[in-house]
Amino acid sequence: MRRYTINMLLALAAVLLVLMAQTNLMDKYALQIVMLIGINCIFATSLNLVNGYMGEFSCGHAGFMCVGAYVGSLLSVAFFSDSALFGQALFGPEWALALFPLVLIGAMIAAAVAGLLVALPSFRTRDDYLAIITIAANYIVISIIENIDAIGGPRGFSGMKKTVNAMADSVNTLLDGFVGFLGFDFVVSDSDYAMSAAVVMLIWTLIGAFICVQVIRRLMTSTYGKSISAICQNEVAAEIMGINTNRAKIMAFMISSGLGGLAGVLYAHVYGYVNAQSFNLLKSTEGLVMVYLGGMGSLSGVLLAAVAFTLLVELLRFVIPWLNTTLHEVNLLPADYQLDQIWTWVIIPLMLILLMQFRPEGFLGNRELTHVFPGLKRWFTLK
Amino acid sequence: MPLLEISGLTQRFGGLQALTDFSCRLEEGELVGLIGPNGAGKTTVFNIVSGFYKPSAGQVVFAGRETNGLKPHRITALGMARTFQNIRLWHDMTVLDNVRLARSAWLGYGLWSAVLRTPGYFRAEKAIEKRARDVLEMMALTHYADEFPKNLPYGLQRRVELARALAGNPRLLLLDEPAAGLNSADADDLIRLIRWLHDEFKLTIWMIEHQMKVVMSLCQRLTVIDFGRVIASGLPQEVRNSPEVIKAYLGDDTL
Repeated sequence: MRRYTINMLLALAAVLLVLMAQTNLMDKYALQIVMLIGINCIFATSLNLVNGYMGEFSCGHAGFMCVGAYVGSLLSVAFFSDSALFGQALFGPEWALALFPLVLIGAMIAAAVAGLLVALPSFRTRDDYLAIITIAANYIVISIIENIDAIGGPRGFSGMKKTVNAMADSVNTLLDGFVGFLGFDFVVSDSDYAMSAAVVMLIWTLIGAFICVQVIRRLMTSTYGKSISAICQNEVAAEIMGINTNRAKIMAFMISSGLGGLAGVLYAHVYGYVNAQSFNLLKSTEGLVMVYLGGMGSLSGVLLAAVAFTLLVELLRFVIPWLNTTLHEVNLLPADYQLDQIWTWVIIPLMLILLMQFRPEGFLGNRELTHVFPGLKRWFTLK
Repeated sequence: MPLLEISGLTQRFGGLQALTDFSCRLEEGELVGLIGPNGAGKTTVFNIVSGFYKPSAGQVVFAGRETNGLKPHRITALGMARTFQNIRLWHDMTVLDNVRLARSAWLGYGLWSAVLRTPGYFRAEKAIEKRARDVLEMMALTHYADEFPKNLPYGLQRRVELARALAGNPRLLLLDEPAAGLNSADADDLIRLIRWLHDEFKLTIWMIEHQMKVVMSLCQRLTVIDFGRVIASGLPQEVRNSPEVIKAYLGDDTL
């Protein structure tokens, strides 16, 4: 029974979220945040595989997200809509819903290959050097994309909205058919209850986050996956005790970057637009903050941190203007200086510094929620 | 055919010649000691045999197969296991997981089975778990299965490391100073344990050791090296009385 409680809870939460979005209990803005939380969960937990479990320091995770976002977007446009770039659609919009998983898989494979390309030459390096190489890789990815004019260069790339709208149309047609089959004389697609494009993406984001967390949980509870932690804790012993350390490292790096690509392709479809600059070093830093906030090598910790961090960033959007007005009113700020959103990027790195100073292992640090609150074990198991 | 045959092993680290023309053979079922003063090159021999270093010259043949250039995990898969002079356990994993991971070379499933949780995965994990529990039982460690090694006393950590080495059903067990840091009573326990492993499982054991009590009561044969060269080999009694050995340990008496 305990084996299923988490899955049941998650399914319940997902259904609730979709219903709330569908009945407009949750407005567009809230919906956007929920999707961003889902994407950040994928982004952070996948980075945690390398930075937490394997104990390496990858600083350019957003680069893989970028690869996933662009490859996914290009596939999506090439498959499902006519465009100047690819000409006629390969499958046409009516296939969007059924073949969208192909887009996700394609993006993940591309990002994993990018991860392999980074991992192979940096094989023998560790620590600072790997950090430098991954930062460089992040910049290389951005530069390459900004210099390909066919996919928009620095202007970014769009056209994914069509795919998402096509998926929403298909869902509504299916719903129509279902309602008609039940014998009701009601056309969903013309009513207020028609599923919007945003809700379709909400569902995909939830599915993506669920798959990502499942993959990592299953991997890291298997003896096969624990070899990654063994490398982190004592590499010499791992080598001698029969673990193929090179293969394990490459595998961890590829899974991590592949799932990072999943975060990217979902991001691209949620916003309907991608720009290489949204995956720069700041984005990579966000990932690092989430991982180190939650605790390296702790799946539940990083998930909690991803939720808390996304909410915090959104909160700052309101807090900073409010601070700005208040501080001007009490004359603490010079009249010609305005506090703006750039301060988010003072506060977040500052958080990282304070965290490293006072609690370097993060909230949970290498432990799961069930270790901190053993009572929880009565209700569910992570195995 | 000997289980392990080493011939002409030479190892240079830059300008330092750590090992010169080292040769040695171990027959199946022997319990042999490798001794010598600090820095003589004993651990270097083990590091080469277990595949951690690539020798500058020479040859190692294990179980009829030349192992030069093989990665350590491949050599482990051939049936060799070792412990370390300074304990190298995975300290943030339970004792059970430590032993389980020693089955990595014989896992029996891959990435996809692990992620998709196929029936093969559960079968293989069950076998791994059973083997790990058996080894813990055999080493009287069942009680500590869920402890983290870092929380265990030193003597028990040594035992966990030995258990981990045994989990792979090795034919050859390399012990690098198993009695280091043990008190007299613990060392007696260790002697009994190693003798039992040797008799019960017909294990071939090659050990580096400094405690003469352990060496003299266990080893059937000894090889002594100093400055990377073999200076004596033979029965423990012979070796003990060899003037070369006495000189190496106590220094030249013509001061």
